[in-house]
Amino acid sequence: MSLGQHRKAPAWHAVAEYLIGGLAITAIAAIVLIFGFVAREAIPLLWETQEEIRFVDLVWPRQWPGYEEPVYVWQPIGKIPKYNLVPLFVGTLKVTILSMLISAPLGLACAIYLAHYAGSRTREIVKPVIELLAGIPSVVLGFFGLVLVASVVHDTFGFIYRLNGLVAALVLSITVIPVVFTICEDALRSVPRALHEGAIALGARTHEVVFRVSLPAALPGIAAAMVLGLGRAIGETMVVLMASGNAAVVDLFDWSTSVRTVTATIAAELGEVPRGEPHWRVLFLLGAILFLITYGLNALAAWSVRRLSAHLGGRS
Amino acid sequence: MSQRRDPKRVASSMGDRALRWITGAAVVLVLAFLAILVGYVLWGGLAVIGIGFLTQSPSSDMTGGGIFPAIVGTVVLTLLMTIAVTPVGVATALYLSEYAPKQSTLARWIRAAVNNLAAVPSVVFGLFGLGFFVLFVGGQIDGLLGAEQPEWGRPCILWASLTLSVLTMPVVIVTSEEAMRAVPDTLREAALGLGATRFQTILLVVIPGARAGILTGLILAISRGAGEVAPLLFTGAANFLPRLPTDPRDMFMHLGYHVYALATQSPNVDAAGPVLFATVLVLLVLTFGLNLTAILLRIRLRSGAGR
Repeated sequence: MSLGQHRKAPAWHAVAEYLIGGLAITAIAAIVLIFGFVAREAIPLLWETQEEIRFVDLVWPRQWPGYEEPVYVWQPIGKIPKYNLVPLFVGTLKVTILSMLISAPLGLACAIYLAHYAGSRTREIVKPVIELLAGIPSVVLGFFGLVLVASVVHDTFGFIYRLNGLVAALVLSITVIPVVFTICEDALRSVPRALHEGAIALGARTHEVVFRVSLPAALPGIAAAMVLGLGRAIGETMVVLMASGNAAVVDLFDWSTSVRTVTATIAAELGEVPRGEPHWRVLFLLGAILFLITYGLNALAAWSVRRLSAHLGGRS
Repeated sequence: MSQRRDPKRVASSMGDRALRWITGAAVVLVLAFLAILVGYVLWGGLAVIGIGFLTQSPSSDMTGGGIFPAIVGTVVLTLLMTIAVTPVGVATALYLSEYAPKQSTLARWIRAAVNNLAAVPSVVFGLFGLGFFVLFVGGQIDGLLGAEQPEWGRPCILWASLTLSVLTMPVVIVTSEEAMRAVPDTLREAALGLGATRFQTILLVVIPGARAGILTGLILAISRGAGEVAPLLFTGAANFLPRLPTDPRDMFMHLGYHVYALATQSPNVDAAGPVLFATVLVLLVLTFGLNLTAILLRIRLRSGAGR
């Protein structure tokens, strides 16, 4: 290294240092711009489209002409466009809840096995392989759901709809498992060795260590894993777009019917809508709401992780 | 196995064995998912893949021909993305690891923003790309140039790649910062002690020391960028466009988008089946290959840092 030759730093070094400071705030700028520009397309809803869209209709059931009773309908194309957001959020909730019920226990179980039972060689191989799951493009998983999982589910359960909430939730679980697994494993392994050894010295067996020492100590981290997994599931687009069937049905506890989620609605419909139409604005509104939901979940997870380090720092 | 590693441990009980079996079964189940997926795609795709498939254009009904334009589109897209994300990602990582004072509020804000950026749903990036890059930035450029028809203010490969660069920024920042922090302080102190300025230290010590880690971050970003489809839906991916992109304002074909189009919008889904499988296989090999490289690099890096 020829450090000695640089008696005096060239002028561009100072410029580069300013540039580093300037570029470093790009991430903050990006977050602000993302929300700002998504909201920018939605906000004119407030004054532009009063006649076509009433705000109550976005969230409240309404008795449209030709209907027997007030209903929740998302039907943006037709003589009278109906933009009720409730069916979409019910769809998202439905798929997300079922996929969390599958992926949370699986992800956590894998983390427990690798942190407490697996030998170090097994861990070195299995951990990267599970993380490889996270690298599968979601469009490939969507294809997998559409072609293989849908057929298997159809042959097993014989639902009327080939693409339905169960298929979407199953495939969605594959994307959530690595998220839950990685963060749970980190949380379990950050539990101080001393706690673990202390329990063993008192005669505890591994499963007692897991349930009475590791899991309680790592609980905030595990909670963060679940919250981030949930955020991932809510935001996932291609899987639900390809594997859920995409009909907006409001039926919270029936997974055999077709489901339309918030993300799939945006992805499927925006391409067809001219800019500035009420439909366009409502789709951007959905995007802004999605952004706020994941932002909130992320804040919750960050708070939980801070509690984890406080929790462990106090005792070790 | 645990008894072999830890002879002091008491003999395992029923509960212990049950937990070991249940959690072990979960691992096997997850690995089986992966094996079935890979096996299924290999089984359906291998027969179709050949030189012709990789170097020809698709036939106009999308049931035959190759995927050459989609491969070129994906490569050009991720290349532009890498050019955009590298300086920003590395500069942010340098700021966080080398410049920001401890307890710095700005650094805390940047970290929070990076975490949030990583959690934004990909379809929201698509909305952002359309609202910001295509309509706002592109529209402004058209306004300045006085264009009659939208020249820049329409979906194209430039705006798609910039959207992806925002999406992949967190990966690059987090991985690079980790690598820079792994460079031992003694090296920095030695350089400073020889009279180097802080920036010279960064240029000659920190960046060379963190090279492999920065590369890992970029590879992960490329893999992510090659596989994402949702952000491209409204920012420039085309259904069928045998012409290769030669101008930043061109639209492009993309492997992932091609999979989506073949699987859901093809006029004849059954006839498109073999091409679909083969395209999925190419995409999977590409992303797995990149991820595997990153994982191996990281393992080598971690063991190297421990030595």
